[in-house]
Amino acid sequence: MILALAGNQNCGKTTLFNALTGSNQHVGNFPGVTVDQKIGEIKGQKNCSVVDLPGIYSLRPYTQEEIVTRDFIIKEKPDGIINIVDATNIERNLYLTLQLLTLRIPTVLALNMMDEVHANGGTVDVRKMGEALGIPVVPISAARGDGVSELIDRAVEVAKTRTLPKVFDFCSEDSPVHRCIHAVVHLIQDHAENIGISARFCTAKLMEGDEDFAERLELDENEKELLEHCIVEMENESGLDRQAALADMRYAYIEKVVAASVVKAHESREHLRSARLDRILTGKFTAIPVFLGIMFLTFWLTFDVIGQRLSDLLALGIDALTNLVDKGLTAYGINPVVHSLIVDGIFAGVGGVLAFLPIIVTLFFFLSILEDTGYMARVAFVMDKLLRKIGLSGRSIVPMLIGFGCSVPAIMATRTVSSDRDRKMTILLIPYMSCSAKIPIYAFFTAAFFPKHKALVMISLYVLGILVGILAALLLKSTAFRGKPVPFVMELPNYRLPSVKSVALLLWEKAKDFIERAFSVIFLATIIIWFLQSFDTRLNVVENSADSLLAGIGTLIAPVFRPLGFADWRCATSLITGLVAKESVVSTMEILLDGSALSSLFGTTRMAVSFLVFTLLYTPCAAAIATVKREWHSGVRTALVVVNQCAVAWVAAFLVYQIGGLFF
Amino acid sequence: MTLDQLKIGEGGTILSVGGENALRCRLLDMGLTPRTKVVLRKRAPMGDPIEITVRGYELTLRIEDAVRIEIEREG
Repeated sequence: MILALAGNQNCGKTTLFNALTGSNQHVGNFPGVTVDQKIGEIKGQKNCSVVDLPGIYSLRPYTQEEIVTRDFIIKEKPDGIINIVDATNIERNLYLTLQLLTLRIPTVLALNMMDEVHANGGTVDVRKMGEALGIPVVPISAARGDGVSELIDRAVEVAKTRTLPKVFDFCSEDSPVHRCIHAVVHLIQDHAENIGISARFCTAKLMEGDEDFAERLELDENEKELLEHCIVEMENESGLDRQAALADMRYAYIEKVVAASVVKAHESREHLRSARLDRILTGKFTAIPVFLGIMFLTFWLTFDVIGQRLSDLLALGIDALTNLVDKGLTAYGINPVVHSLIVDGIFAGVGGVLAFLPIIVTLFFFLSILEDTGYMARVAFVMDKLLRKIGLSGRSIVPMLIGFGCSVPAIMATRTVSSDRDRKMTILLIPYMSCSAKIPIYAFFTAAFFPKHKALVMISLYVLGILVGILAALLLKSTAFRGKPVPFVMELPNYRLPSVKSVALLLWEKAKDFIERAFSVIFLATIIIWFLQSFDTRLNVVENSADSLLAGIGTLIAPVFRPLGFADWRCATSLITGLVAKESVVSTMEILLDGSALSSLFGTTRMAVSFLVFTLLYTPCAAAIATVKREWHSGVRTALVVVNQCAVAWVAAFLVYQIGGLFF
Repeated sequence: MTLDQLKIGEGGTILSVGGENALRCRLLDMGLTPRTKVVLRKRAPMGDPIEITVRGYELTLRIEDAVRIEIEREG
């Protein structure tokens, strides 16, 4: 049995999903739906899984999320829908509910945040609301876990018994909208049955002018004309156009439901607190300094204080383990080639990358807190005007900030950007936000060349990336992406403390992902590199790594980097392995250096800086490239992204190296 | 008058919602339907976008879009 979890953004959907499934989740891929969905097994139920659908406000096909949700429900036909609704913001939340009800699928309403409503003197008559909507209504608090088991029972029950929503007529009797809906339902009933989608839903979509549905239903010209005639008549009689008439009908019905079943809370503590916080966080003079301060604090804590220290500790542990294994293998008298594979290849490579796990987890910790508290929405509000200057909207700031953690979730987060144009442009700009997998490279280099100014050099690199990104954006805006940015209409939710469980689960997910990559892609890469480095063309073990297979490949492309100051084959080789995963640049370099200092490879600081600039900007890793391709559905364009990044990196490093040469 | 002309803290009732298709649908979906009450809460630090209260929650939209929303000031 498959249940779908649907609801608005910011209504506690992820928290409920976690409460329903525990840590028993995985990412699934449904045919026909282009986006990966999170699926989890519901606790205490056999063969019953729940799919976490994207947070949406409506079932119109305007944003990627709305399309995904709609397609999922229509194509996969889940056995039931759990519609989660924020009880503190009930009117707007029920708007989606009314649309879901017309889909004619067994549905349960989960009325979330009831604890907050009660605490502020509000009540909801669950029975009356259930009657008015024709579905079971279960009050819950997803954060506390209240009511969740009852919710599961009711959802399973309606799905098993195929209990359809009892109410689906939301128009007042004998109104123009009512007449129009009934006429259209009558007209298209057969067509809707043919494609297996509820006629009510199709009617609403047709009335809203959804071209896609007119196609799907295969209406003939005559029927299309009749349809148009009905709608025009309704528009004339009601004095509202088709879009407004339907929205108005739904909200009017909601107002009736709410009047009958809800005693509104007085202004809630949460809301007062949010308003007070917003006086500073979105205040006229304080907003931008606070934002910069928060970002600086996040990065400082991650790269200097918490993450870095933990990384150092972990590196010590890994070193100790490596030594132990090294001694053990030597004592055992194992074949020197195998010894080299394990110690120089696997331990040095994978261990070196693994040591950066704490930094990445720490960064995600802060980013997820900023997102979950509702602060990111404020950042979008504050920064919108600025982003508009480079042709984007405030909404793009969130994916871009996530890009500092990892390009993969950042590219996926562009789904919240509602226009295709903005979305593509944001995806193109994400590679300029230096991802956390590049931190090992920066850390490795700054430790060797700028031991006293680590943070400063790191920040400069980040800023450089952003500046080049802005240039690229301005260029894109006036060339390939001319046109208007999306409408920017966004909710500013109340500030809430994120649940410990949600944050912990997210971090676990990120850590797991990173470890998996360390032991799959990076593991494989280290072995390949070790092999190429230890053997020559006749598969003999080489004495000197300069005779190895890898040296051959590196030497072949090294001249490309001569104008950038680092023509050594080892640099070229490290960069090649960075294609697999950025962390590999360091691990490869460590293997290739074979114990000698980094300065033996980079004679001057200028060369090192040029190399850093190149790594900052050149092609994203394989995982990110794959994500771009999946989100963009075009191999050619994706290849262009890769080529473009390499070209930009080459030019930037060239300029840095050559201009630097004039001064130093 | 239009929504952007309200002073901070002032309220009004929506008369009509204009704008192009996608934007307009979004505004309607978010609850900005005719006869709905709105209050202007604040302007972003750089003057744009604005924050309003509608149907008990906070919504932000740009001035260029707010211009398309006709309202009647609450007297």
